[in-house]
Amino acid sequence: MIELENVAYSYGGGELLSDITLKLAPGSFHFLTGPSGAGKTTLMKLCYGALLPTAGHVRLFNTDVREMGRDDIAMVRRRVGVVHQDVKFLDHLPLTENVALPLSVAGRHAEAAGTDLEELMSWVGLTHRAGALPPELSGGERQRAALARAVIMSPDVILADEPTGNIDWEMSQRLLHLLIELNRMGKTVLIATHDLGLIRATKAHVQARVLRIANRRIQLAGADL
Amino acid sequence: MKRFDLGILRAIFKGDRQADRVVPPSGFTAQLTLFAAGAMAFLAVFALALSLASGRLAKVWGQELAQSATVRIVAPLDQRAAQTEAALKVLETTKGVASARALTDAEQEALLAPWFGPELAIDSLPVPRLIEVVEEGAGLDPVGLRLRLSAEVPGAVLDDHSRWRAPLVAAASRLRLLGWLSTLLIATAVGAMVTLAAQAALAANAQVIAVLRLVGAKDDYIARAFIRRFTLRALLGSAVGTVLGMTAVILLPDAGEAGGFLTGLGFAGADWLVPLLVPVLIGAVAFIATGAAARRTLRELT
Repeated sequence: MIELENVAYSYGGGELLSDITLKLAPGSFHFLTGPSGAGKTTLMKLCYGALLPTAGHVRLFNTDVREMGRDDIAMVRRRVGVVHQDVKFLDHLPLTENVALPLSVAGRHAEAAGTDLEELMSWVGLTHRAGALPPELSGGERQRAALARAVIMSPDVILADEPTGNIDWEMSQRLLHLLIELNRMGKTVLIATHDLGLIRATKAHVQARVLRIANRRIQLAGADL
Repeated sequence: MKRFDLGILRAIFKGDRQADRVVPPSGFTAQLTLFAAGAMAFLAVFALALSLASGRLAKVWGQELAQSATVRIVAPLDQRAAQTEAALKVLETTKGVASARALTDAEQEALLAPWFGPELAIDSLPVPRLIEVVEEGAGLDPVGLRLRLSAEVPGAVLDDHSRWRAPLVAAASRLRLLGWLSTLLIATAVGAMVTLAAQAALAANAQVIAVLRLVGAKDDYIARAFIRRFTLRALLGSAVGTVLGMTAVILLPDAGEAGGFLTGLGFAGADWLVPLLVPVLIGAVAFIATGAAARRTLRELT
């Protein structure tokens, strides 16, 4: 599905990631942890074609990312839902239109206005905020809206980069349970976080693999997690 | 992204309500584009009016002067009538001459009236007698006719109007060229203005583009939203400018016969359809300019 093989990534003359090999199998649940600046976000971006590796191979759905054009990358992003810590929306559009944006850009306008959207808004608990503009939302609401937008195309993979970074514990638990629910529906989930409590809480519900980036390389985390 | 896609052109007119909404409304650049397109269209209408009027003038001058000639009889008063008769006889037998007739005293007086007043006693003055010659077919041979006249009518001087016609036609043709050149410059200026406005809008909306790409938007989709917006603005602005320009041309004061060239400035007959192409031209320029700017910016924003 998403495969990194001996991947390195350099930026500004320094190597940020080195010899990274990672395979995200269908239906698997992964955590990516490590100190700030270790390269978690960079690794996430490599996983959806936002960055190209300086060495090694990144294969997205069996195609090497270097062989893809911009339109191919766009098609990949319809199969990979991405949630960022500093999630961005189109601030001039109401929440429902932002959540339905992936359907709209894919030309699926009817679905963008259909009942599935209402169900999705209800699932993330934002029905009452449907008409709100993104700047009017709280941090937790923004993250749940980002999750709704990320899954509306029913993607195969969910990539969440510090999804609970800006929200309180209660809200992060709520978000986590939504991600676990998605994994139980067969979606592959990769969450980058330095929140060990979140990882422990997840492992109580699903079998999750914890990967740690340290010294530019990736390694399986210890049993203390 | 493809260089030119008929799908994009279709989408411009068909519209996509959702795609239209992804680009935030930008009041200032919208008004600027509307105003600039309108002003350029207004100027283009005048440039076209000038060009088409010059074209008509060149044609009229060319045709009228090319199909006529004048023979001037410069002779003492007592020989003038005889030499006029002789010249008319020569002209009757000259190939390419349809008709020839001597102007009457009244006609010559009318010609001189602007300079000497209406009370001119022309028969007492050594004024040359003028013979108006109307040509036919390929026209007369001026060199041959001059030779015959010099042998048979010593006081006759042939003026085939070529020395008048050439500079007049050249001036009118040059005016027409300047008019078209002005139209071309206006179209280029519209292209430059729309390119700048589109680039500014694309740069200001880098975050919008990033969000659209994150959710799987192809470059075509993003470009189309900007192209449609700027093309429609340019079309609307130029349509208003064209209507105002045509109205201004209609309302130009009539200078009458004394106005000369100014009388003819404007459109005649089917020429009125030509300025209707201005919004189409400006819309096409905006379409191409925005497309090029969008392609370039999206390539840079990888």
